[in-house]
Amino acid sequence: MKKIIGLLAILILNTVQAFSQATDAEMQSCFDLRASGKIYVVITVIGIILAGLFLYLISTDRKVRKLEKKIKK
Amino acid sequence: MKNYWWKILTVILLYYTLIGGLLINIPDLPNLEETARNLFFHVPMWFGMIILTTVSAFYSVKNLRIGTFKNDLKAVEFARGGLIFGVLGIITGMVWANFTWGEPWSGDPKQNGALIFLLIYSAYFVLRSSLKDEKQRGRIGGVYNIFAFATLIPLLFILPRITESLHPGSGDNPSFAVYDLDNMMRMVFYPAVIGWALLGTWIISVRVRIKLLNYTSEV
Repeated sequence: MKKIIGLLAILILNTVQAFSQATDAEMQSCFDLRASGKIYVVITVIGIILAGLFLYLISTDRKVRKLEKKIKK
Repeated sequence: MKNYWWKILTVILLYYTLIGGLLINIPDLPNLEETARNLFFHVPMWFGMIILTTVSAFYSVKNLRIGTFKNDLKAVEFARGGLIFGVLGIITGMVWANFTWGEPWSGDPKQNGALIFLLIYSAYFVLRSSLKDEKQRGRIGGVYNIFAFATLIPLLFILPRITESLHPGSGDNPSFAVYDLDNMMRMVFYPAVIGWALLGTWIISVRVRIKLLNYTSEV
């Protein structure tokens, strides 16, 4: 468990680093361009689709677990 | 938590891929331009396929050595998952190629190699379905699976490298050097590979459990 938390921490730190790098002028212009290109809309749309698929997969996973418990009995 | 931490990791990694993959600044590569972002979506399909088929081959070896139903079942399901990743890889590759190389199929050695591999690999399922005896199916199928997996290395890595190919890493092109210039891309690419492979594993594990339930309820 500690290892996993460590891994997650590294990942999150990396993200923070990635976005903090984005503050220099060159990157900033790139980010503004994305904003005007409405790329965030696309990210939200794909994000919702991913969320839906994950929920679907999780519910299937749970149903199988229930069946496993039922059959064990 | 002990059993499902990797499922949470899958969700986190794929959201990281989505947000990072679409938002990070990428180097302005000629011809590729914004399509270089496909590195986070198309390429992990192939890496995922390689990981899943490796696991499948591992279970086939295990099945041949110990020979339990569970190992054979895992070998089949991981092979199926790997095949689906490969098909997705080839379709997304054709879409990408259409806009960068000018046509969906240009007979590129890596494209051809990938298609040949997928055909060889799908024969595994044909072979299995032709055998009725369960044990025989597991053993003969397992042997074929290992050989089919072995063709992956020459078809996807050696042959495209010794001939001219449009893919990076062939002929005189460097493989990842183009992308390696940008550490930001690497930072999204590796988590993306792990995330997509974990998603495949997740779906496969559910399928394996359903089939196990089916098997135990029959016995």
